[in-house]
Amino acid sequence: MTRPDRTPVIAGIGLSDGPKAPHLDALGHQAQAMQRALADSGLSKDDIDGFGCAEAWIPGVPGVDLPETAEYLGLDPRWIEGTYTGGSAYEFQVQHAEAAIRTGMADTVLLTYGSDLLTRMGRSLGTGYGRKPVGGAAYEEPYGKTTVAAYAMAAQRHMYQYGTTAEQLASVAVAVREYAAHNPQAIYRKPLTVEDVLNSRMIADPLHLYDCCAITDGGGALIVTTEERARDLRQPYVSILGTAARQNHWNISQAPDVTTTAGVRSGQEAFARAGLTPDDVDMAMLYDSFTITVVLLLESLGFCKPGEGGPFAEAGNLRPGGRLPINTDGGGLSACHPGLRGIFLLIEAVRQLRGQAGEVQVPDCEVALAAGSGGWFSTIGVTILGKGR
Amino acid sequence: MRPMTSETVRGAQGTLEIVDVVDSWTKPVPDLDPVSTTYFRAAHDGTLLIQHCPACGTRQHYPRLVCRHCAATPEWEAASGLGTVYTFTVVRQAGMPGFQDGPYVIALIDLDEGPRMMGNITDSPVDDVRIGARVQAYQLRIADGIGLPQWRLAAVSAPNA
Ligand SMILES: [Zn+2]
Repeated sequence: MTRPDRTPVIAGIGLSDGPKAPHLDALGHQAQAMQRALADSGLSKDDIDGFGCAEAWIPGVPGVDLPETAEYLGLDPRWIEGTYTGGSAYEFQVQHAEAAIRTGMADTVLLTYGSDLLTRMGRSLGTGYGRKPVGGAAYEEPYGKTTVAAYAMAAQRHMYQYGTTAEQLASVAVAVREYAAHNPQAIYRKPLTVEDVLNSRMIADPLHLYDCCAITDGGGALIVTTEERARDLRQPYVSILGTAARQNHWNISQAPDVTTTAGVRSGQEAFARAGLTPDDVDMAMLYDSFTITVVLLLESLGFCKPGEGGPFAEAGNLRPGGRLPINTDGGGLSACHPGLRGIFLLIEAVRQLRGQAGEVQVPDCEVALAAGSGGWFSTIGVTILGKGR
Repeated sequence: MRPMTSETVRGAQGTLEIVDVVDSWTKPVPDLDPVSTTYFRAAHDGTLLIQHCPACGTRQHYPRLVCRHCAATPEWEAASGLGTVYTFTVVRQAGMPGFQDGPYVIALIDLDEGPRMMGNITDSPVDDVRIGARVQAYQLRIADGIGLPQWRLAAVSAPNA
């Protein structure tokens, strides 16, 4: 007797309306994304026996927690998952879903995310996010630490240590905008130049307005099931080749080195599990909360050496047709960043591996990597996905 | 952790300049917990406290009930108040209450004793700050029993001194 193949694969994806959707709240985004992921996969709601979600913990935004969301969606899960690590939460959750499916704790896992952040808060979040001054935050918030300021301090040190330039950082935003032009749901689609970025207003030195991600509404859903189950479903399935997740610190002042990330370790571990190297990756979804985040992830994950991320971006490697196309949905910088972006990295990687990415399709895309970054590059989850056989 | 008395703290205490802004402070005031109460009280009285682990020698900030390296119980130590700018930024747009009076410098400071901490660098033009600059701590009294360590470029003397 052969055992059924419990290899976990991704069988369905769905996005809710965006970039601004006043007709949806956080639960509505998740409901719509779930409907679309079910339709995409050909599965029904009754097939879902595992569920995960996370919420962005942002002052002023009412919380929508895991059991409430499961109830709203009408789910009856026997395995539930609520890991919160900031923007990387869904890379962490996919790692856990993979294990749950392998061990039989669930057969078909739905992960959802949704937020009405733009409708609710407007654009000012990154400069007005005051955490309650408790725990580690008590030693930062009284000094006026904004989200942008934390990343700016990393960028400033990277420039000092390696000679990284503002032009190199800007070239990341320029490359990502080229992809956004093809995404009807992207919030910014007009062409962007390095000059435009450098001429945009300085938010926190050296980060200009266009070095910072957008704030949008949005939601996503992802269905993970067994390869056995996925074989006769509607879409070509996508294989989960390797996952890993690491945390270095949480608060920025506790970072051991602001020029690198926990992705050094989670990247090595994910590549080892996949039996692959950075050279094998055809496209990457790198968390682009800020242009510097992409530079740090390129270096941490081994796409280039420490200090070479800036020149790598400036040389055009990230652009359409370049050596390593990234963020082909237009990224958080230009398309979609509703609080936590992690699930959108996975969804776009799946679209690429299915060959369904239209004008931004990376030719012969066999291996895609998604790297989520949470907090202040504190928690880095890496998911390596491959075209299903 | 033992309660802090002058005998349970290594190093000279009460040596830092104190600036009282209790009546004008509109920025966040830290929520106190059993450990941070000691830290912010000491700051109020002109001392910058760090922690020293008697088991492994690790020095740490922020203070907590365990050594982050070996999980033993750390002891208090008064820092010299001298440090070096590890990195910084000039915040030119901030939406939180109390931070809208123009650009300000926020920095990560490496204390001479080892630990790294956040602070503002005040009393000099924001564009004068550089990575590697030497800085000197002072203490802002921001509320009853609560002080906040702050910094000036070491070459810049106190405005009223
Ligand atoms: Zn210790």
